[in-house]
Amino acid sequence: MSKPEELKYTKTHEYLHPGAEAIVGISDHAQHEMGDVVFVELPKVGQKLEKEKPCAVVESVKSAFDIYAPVSGEVTAVNAAVTGEPALLNQSPLENGWMFKIKPSNPAEAETLMDWTAYQDFVKQAAH
Amino acid sequence: MSTATTVRRTALNETMRKAGGKMVDFHGWELPIEFAGILKEHEAVRKSAGIFDVSHMGQVFVTGADAFKLLQITNANDLRKATPGKGVYSHVTNEKAGLVDDIIAFCLAADRYLVIVNATTSTKDYEWFKSQGARMHVKVENKSDDYSMIAIQGPNVPKMFDTFAPEALKLPRFGIVEKDLHGEHCYISRTGYTGEDGFEITAPHSIINKLWDEMLELGRPYGIVPCGLGARDTLRLESGYLLYGQDVDDVHTTYESGYGWVVSLDKGDFIGRSILADQKANGVQRRLTGLTLTGGVPRPGCKIFMDGKEVGELNSATYSPTLKKGIGVGYVTPPGLKPGTPLEVEIRGRRVKAEVSQMPFHKGTAFSKILYTGKP
Repeated sequence: MSKPEELKYTKTHEYLHPGAEAIVGISDHAQHEMGDVVFVELPKVGQKLEKEKPCAVVESVKSAFDIYAPVSGEVTAVNAAVTGEPALLNQSPLENGWMFKIKPSNPAEAETLMDWTAYQDFVKQAAH
Repeated sequence: MSTATTVRRTALNETMRKAGGKMVDFHGWELPIEFAGILKEHEAVRKSAGIFDVSHMGQVFVTGADAFKLLQITNANDLRKATPGKGVYSHVTNEKAGLVDDIIAFCLAADRYLVIVNATTSTKDYEWFKSQGARMHVKVENKSDDYSMIAIQGPNVPKMFDTFAPEALKLPRFGIVEKDLHGEHCYISRTGYTGEDGFEITAPHSIINKLWDEMLELGRPYGIVPCGLGARDTLRLESGYLLYGQDVDDVHTTYESGYGWVVSLDKGDFIGRSILADQKANGVQRRLTGLTLTGGVPRPGCKIFMDGKEVGELNSATYSPTLKKGIGVGYVTPPGLKPGTPLEVEIRGRRVKAEVSQMPFHKGTAFSKILYTGKP
């Protein structure tokens, strides 16, 4: 179970729960802005991702959103539950609505991401 | 006049914000895209009641001895169907049989009509009516800036009107009644853009917030919710209603849009009639075709394929909350494909299975022959 303070955030509103097998999803702010999520396309297990490159898609009723890899690495697991029940991204973005797990190829990359305090400031600034 | 840099706000703007509306710029109007969420709002309208600020819609009044004559010559539909107290949905056609706009023309009296026009086209429509009626005994007034408009939609909405406006419950679909509300002259019509039974109220700005609050109060027992443009779009697309500027425009004709029932070729002459008569006799080359998808969410602009060949692209497309799958409409060549015909839609470079659908995708209570007429 992830707490918002334990996570790192991108400027494109993905979160990363750091670790040898890091967890990726979208922030609570992101799900709120997207609105009702009705379709999710995940990367494949074994797929190699490059930091900041699109790797998944989240579709709400309103629009489609690219999901960018927070760090480079290999996908080790995907949350099949969210493809069957996309609303999990709205209901529980940090827990049941996680998207995939990644084995970071360069652990230092996670350090470039925002922590919870910085992310909150970032969201506030973007609102003005 | 609105320009690209000044956003217009409706008289309900503050109320929308306080109700939690996520405001967006919609063709120069600041309007809420959603409140509690598109799915919740959509479901509320399909199952019970929802309320929309549609003040961006325009009102053009056509009055005088030749009011009927002007509307009859500028519309594809037969205005004789609009007897006093009734309206008709119609297409205002240009010389090439393209659409100046799609409108509802209400007959208030033999020499007095209220035409509800789209927001983006109100000035164009006004000028079109004015120029076509230049030599007639008719007064055309664009009063779009003087009126607000709310839509109260859903199967439980008529019950809300038992005490509020029982005379409105006697209205058939597309009926209209004039009524003083909070001391101001208003228009209540049994119309809407959701496919559900309900009403639209055209009222001066000064009382619109009072009316909004009153509707929320009357709708409380039915769980009425404020709804935004997002739900308005999913509801109208499921119902097969056209969106001007997206599905129809100055170029595509009524027959091409699949709205042939709007065209009354035998009513006498009207602008664009000869082209429509020719299309009726010889058929059209393309036709707005509805389709459903097996997966993914289609969007406007997605290309449509049949047997591997590109046959058109989607004009409107979204996720259908009622059908729980992607739906869309697009002009397809060849026209006249039967429901069930397999197609494909390209979403982000990938072909997704689709098939031609019957239209509308969903028939709500507005399509019912029997409407609630009040407490027995």
